[in-house]
Amino acid sequence: MKRTTLDLWVGIFVVAGLAALAVLALKVGNLSTYSMSETYQLQAHFSNIGGLKSQASIKSSGVLIGRVAQISLDPERYEAKVTMNIDKRYQFPKDTFANILTSGLLGEQYIGLIPGGDEEFLKAGDEIKKTQSAVVLEDLISRFLYSKAEDSKQLNK
Amino acid sequence: MTIVEHLRSLGHRIVNAVWRIGYTSRFFLLILLYSGISFRRFHLTIKELFSSGVMSLIIILVAGLFVGMVLGLQGYETLKRYGAESALGSLVALSLVRELGPVLAALLFASRAGSAMTAEIGLMKATEQISAMEMMAINPIARVVAPRFWAGVISVPLLSALFSAMGVFGGYVVGVVLIGVDQGSFWSQMQAGVDFQHDIVNGIIKSFVFGVAVTAIALFEGYDAPPTAEGVSGATTRTVVESSLTILFLDFILTAFMFQGE
Amino acid sequence: MSSQALVEIRDVNFAYDSRPILKGVNLTFPKGKVIAVMGGSGCGKTTLLQLIGGALRPSSGYVKVDGQVIHELDHKGLYLMRRRMGMLFQFGALFTDMSVYDNVAFQMREHTDLPEEIIRDLVLMKLNAVGLRGSHHLMPAELSGGMARRVALARTVALDPMLIMYDEPFAGLDPISLTVVGNLIRRLNDALGATSVVVTHDVQESLKIVDYIYFIADGVVVAEGTPAEISSSDKPFVHQFVHGEMDGPVPFHYPCGDYWQDLNLRPWR
Repeated sequence: MKRTTLDLWVGIFVVAGLAALAVLALKVGNLSTYSMSETYQLQAHFSNIGGLKSQASIKSSGVLIGRVAQISLDPERYEAKVTMNIDKRYQFPKDTFANILTSGLLGEQYIGLIPGGDEEFLKAGDEIKKTQSAVVLEDLISRFLYSKAEDSKQLNK
Repeated sequence: MTIVEHLRSLGHRIVNAVWRIGYTSRFFLLILLYSGISFRRFHLTIKELFSSGVMSLIIILVAGLFVGMVLGLQGYETLKRYGAESALGSLVALSLVRELGPVLAALLFASRAGSAMTAEIGLMKATEQISAMEMMAINPIARVVAPRFWAGVISVPLLSALFSAMGVFGGYVVGVVLIGVDQGSFWSQMQAGVDFQHDIVNGIIKSFVFGVAVTAIALFEGYDAPPTAEGVSGATTRTVVESSLTILFLDFILTAFMFQGE
Repeated sequence: MSSQALVEIRDVNFAYDSRPILKGVNLTFPKGKVIAVMGGSGCGKTTLLQLIGGALRPSSGYVKVDGQVIHELDHKGLYLMRRRMGMLFQFGALFTDMSVYDNVAFQMREHTDLPEEIIRDLVLMKLNAVGLRGSHHLMPAELSGGMARRVALARTVALDPMLIMYDEPFAGLDPISLTVVGNLIRRLNDALGATSVVVTHDVQESLKIVDYIYFIADGVVVAEGTPAEISSSDKPFVHQFVHGEMDGPVPFHYPCGDYWQDLNLRPWR
């Protein structure tokens, strides 16, 4: 085999391999959604984050606008502290409401932002004050059972 | 008497194993030390890229296609029970990118190219080509071994990416074209399920580690092979067995590190 | 004589593990000569070449090449020394993944910065010297045994070495190739002004071409002399070797016990 044809084949191999990597990254993976040009950080405290993970999506009206950067436990307040990366293109009012939601019954958890009516916008490093924790299924069930029991008590009277 | 003999043979084996580990490490270090020539005269490495990488393309592509098709079929049958057929894309892609791509590509590489490397170097040694090179004042580790090492290290991640991409295509053919899963949900679920950093980058790291391990084992076994027909054939077998076990063992270790508690 | 000696081997002992191969041998190879080292199979002839090439280290004694003690050289010094040596391996040891041309050009490309045109001319000259200029495009697998040996010879002298070592250059050759290779060894040595060491057990061919002969048996030099002295020698070992007799000082049987006993028989009384 001449060196030129050999080089050609090796070139084809390397290009094909890199192309496969690119396909994996863009078409299969979510690298395309990483391309959120620039982001700014916001913080929020939740009393319970349920099954939220870092890299979980942050949505507003169902549109992906950012990702969870970091989750830690605030040692003073004993609450979960969530750091979020939000796309620079989107600004939110100061009284925005952060909510941990679940996509579908068993789907993964994400943070939903519901904008308020404040005139001032959140700046990088600010904290979202109004939050609602994840719905924990066990709590929901026990609350439901408790109220059922109350109902039946009233009926029995 | 027999107990003493057993103990002695056990001790002998342990000493032998330790000696071998030391020898392997020294060999590995020498490869790294004498790697300059593989990059200064890159055509040496390109030649080896051809024989290890390009020659493995067919088997990798075909195997990847079929593994992806099987995944599509099996995944569909399982997911259908839970009414979650739309998650098929995510299932196929995740299994390929995280595990099957790197592991199977490395296993195929070990049996296709690794064994060939062992046999080639073993025979070069048996026919005194290695000694001849040394007598010509040319370091055979720099001239013969190191280019093959780097060719392997470059080839395996590329091959495993090709394997995964081909597998995703196979899953698409079976899932979307043949069975009729919705095309939009196939791709969107896949994109939602596969994280670039967490899954794809880790998969590449895995295949890189496998590439280093397989190639180093293959080259060492070839270089260490007794210069006889029996010695070379034994070394070739050992290459396939040892590198397969090493791949699976390393895969467990790496998976434990990469995908634990997030 | 010693000032003219290219290789001096003094009191060299060598053992593989605990099996002694060489037991205090003394040899001197004067410049410009072709010297044969002979002996039966497994008597340590190849070991001797490996000691000269620095692949092995003597347990005691020393090997001096061109005034330098080989086992005292560091890695770099040894490699510099090896560039001035050429070695023809038993079956040629041609690089099977390269053509004849690339085999001969190998050392020139590795060790020199010569432009490809000059390398081309040099390679063709070397191949012409062994009569195989027309075969430069062939692969080693396409050559006959004798041709492969000649190509290997061309490769060995590619960098015009001062010392050429031949390990069994005549093994497995037909009579014509044998004569060709034998003549080439002599002619190349004289043309290059080199010194050649031929390790062989082919007595008749070497007697024709060499200047001096050493006989090694059981790790010691048992006889030495010019071809004429050796042919007329009446030492039992040399006589047996030169005339290829089956039994003599070198016994036909590997040391063993009583034959009758091994077969569980008792001889008739």
